[in-house]
Amino acid sequence: MNDDVILSAEDLVKYYPIKTGVIRRVTGHVRAVDGVSFELRRGETLGVVGESGCGKSTLGRLLMRLEEPTSGRVTFDGIDMYSQKGGAMRRLRRDIQIVFQDPYTSLNPRMTVGDIIGEPFDIHPEVAPKGSRRQKVRDLLDLVGLSPEHINRYPHQFSGGQRQRIGVARGLALNPKVLICDEPVSALDVSVQAQVVNLLARLQKELSLSYIFIAHDLSVVRHISDRVAVMYLGKIAEIGNDAEIYERPTHPYTQALLSAVPLPDPTVQREQIVLSGDVPSPANPPSGCRFHTRCWRAQDICKVEVPLLVERPDGESGHQSACHFAEPRQIVETAQL
Amino acid sequence: MNTNEKLLEVNDLRVEFRMRDGVAHAINGVSFELYARETLAILGESGSGKSVTAQAIMGILDSPPGFVTGGEVKFRGTDLLALPENERRKVRGPGISMIFQDALSSLNPVFPVGWQIAEMFRQHRGMNRTDAEAKAIGLMERVHIPAARERVRAYPHQFSGGMRQRIMIAMAIALDPVVLIADEPTTALDVTVQAQIMGLLKELQDEAGMGLILITHDLGVVADVADRIAVMYAGRLVETAGVVDLYARPAHPYTKGLLESIPRLDLKGQTLNAIGGLPPNLLAMPAGCPFHPRCRYAVDICREGEPPPLEEVVAGRAAACHRVKEVYGDE
Repeated sequence: MNDDVILSAEDLVKYYPIKTGVIRRVTGHVRAVDGVSFELRRGETLGVVGESGCGKSTLGRLLMRLEEPTSGRVTFDGIDMYSQKGGAMRRLRRDIQIVFQDPYTSLNPRMTVGDIIGEPFDIHPEVAPKGSRRQKVRDLLDLVGLSPEHINRYPHQFSGGQRQRIGVARGLALNPKVLICDEPVSALDVSVQAQVVNLLARLQKELSLSYIFIAHDLSVVRHISDRVAVMYLGKIAEIGNDAEIYERPTHPYTQALLSAVPLPDPTVQREQIVLSGDVPSPANPPSGCRFHTRCWRAQDICKVEVPLLVERPDGESGHQSACHFAEPRQIVETAQL
Repeated sequence: MNTNEKLLEVNDLRVEFRMRDGVAHAINGVSFELYARETLAILGESGSGKSVTAQAIMGILDSPPGFVTGGEVKFRGTDLLALPENERRKVRGPGISMIFQDALSSLNPVFPVGWQIAEMFRQHRGMNRTDAEAKAIGLMERVHIPAARERVRAYPHQFSGGMRQRIMIAMAIALDPVVLIADEPTTALDVTVQAQIMGLLKELQDEAGMGLILITHDLGVVADVADRIAVMYAGRLVETAGVVDLYARPAHPYTKGLLESIPRLDLKGQTLNAIGGLPPNLLAMPAGCPFHPRCRYAVDICREGEPPPLEEVVAGRAAACHRVKEVYGDE
């Protein structure tokens, strides 16, 4: 195994049962994550993009082991995460932390900021001995650009952007190696988004963190990510470095997504690909390639055979795409994105 | 319809919310015009007063606590604010109509969608149920809802987010409105569905020649669809301009800051030029220009007296800034 890799997922699957009737018989499954594999390297940011319901948040929760997978493996620093128990798992949890999307609901309104950020120390007292905790919390507040004097304030006394900083401080309390950011800026106003993106970029450098950055905003993802994975209905459709995904996308879904993202430049020319219909239900995904129901290039083979996520013609290694007819196609003059 | 007909003229509109902890001045003298076939985008962040402007134009402001304290809203020359409620009601629907952000909470969950669309015809046109339902099916087809005839009696929860937003649009265009106000119509939707909905609005506008007011915080959507932009900050218009001009050369520091805070390829990996600080508290507005605490151009004159008025920069453009020369000329 490559020493560079800090976190890797192998064929990760999570099905949620659908129960119906009085006796709650299982009548089907929502296939939230259905065979996802990737590697996260040290100090790198892997962006995960996709529309709602594509399984990107479930993936984040699986990587934290907030959910037990239906099958598959997650390896952190050479350790098989799902086989760890008790104290060993608890130690492992210090190394992978999460920042949630909504800073309004993810902070307990009845706790002070000091208690919120210091709560991880109750579970992991070895990180900060009792006497030094307040100081540690003050340092964290300072680290994320908040005033240490605000330690006794409550969440409602802060704005959305400041609350997200509190969420980041809590995520960093245990000195993690990997931080999973689940839509960390999508609830924020544009002028505040940039502040939080800058904060995350600075912290990554200072603390040599690795990020999984889950978002639906392709411009923000491009700005912060080294590599990007595009998800559709529980599977990765395409993965590659940012130039590969944004300049030479080979999967039709990536192409459609890039064509649909509104660009903040009225003069930019690009191809218009408007997909018909909505994302199908993950409880009953289409056969074969899951995108075939909305794909303009679909042939008979797409309805039958699931395309594998492998390297496809593009001339670059590491750029993988799950499409039978993968073909690079520039959608946007990328200088504009 | 005359292409250059002025459909809507808002003059010095003022709205305040009287609350227990004080009076929030949500809109402080907003003026703009809308012409036939035109798309005007009102761009602003949360709390800038963009939705309140729409509600005041529609006459659906929650009152109390909201009160319109001044100004005019002229629809084809008639001041709506001076009309009695029963007259205003006749304008809502055939005259000015509105699409709301969150389709699920705007639709009534206990009535079929067809019934809710047909209500427009029953109420405003006095149609019977059968005719109104037939009209509703026609509208559902017009907004491209598949199998409209079979789904006319389905309930809102049986539709996806994109389809629900289409139903909202069907209701809004039922009576062929002259002006359509869309308040964040695609914020709750995924980008591929957002592209469908914006395409649909464009198509309907081309067919009927509506004037469209698009309220949004999304700089990308605005660049795609708007003809003109009005940027709002703390209840005031700070800049108005044609869409190409505004993106090419903003004249107000706030607009400039917004555009610079968007990630761009040529700046990848670098620190974004974020606007520091926070929008002001509407209960305790700073003296002078409301943007001055966050403005890198601010000088003494910006910190005192009245906020700068919206004044012409060049033909077709206006900005409310004491230092407009420095901002606009600063390339």
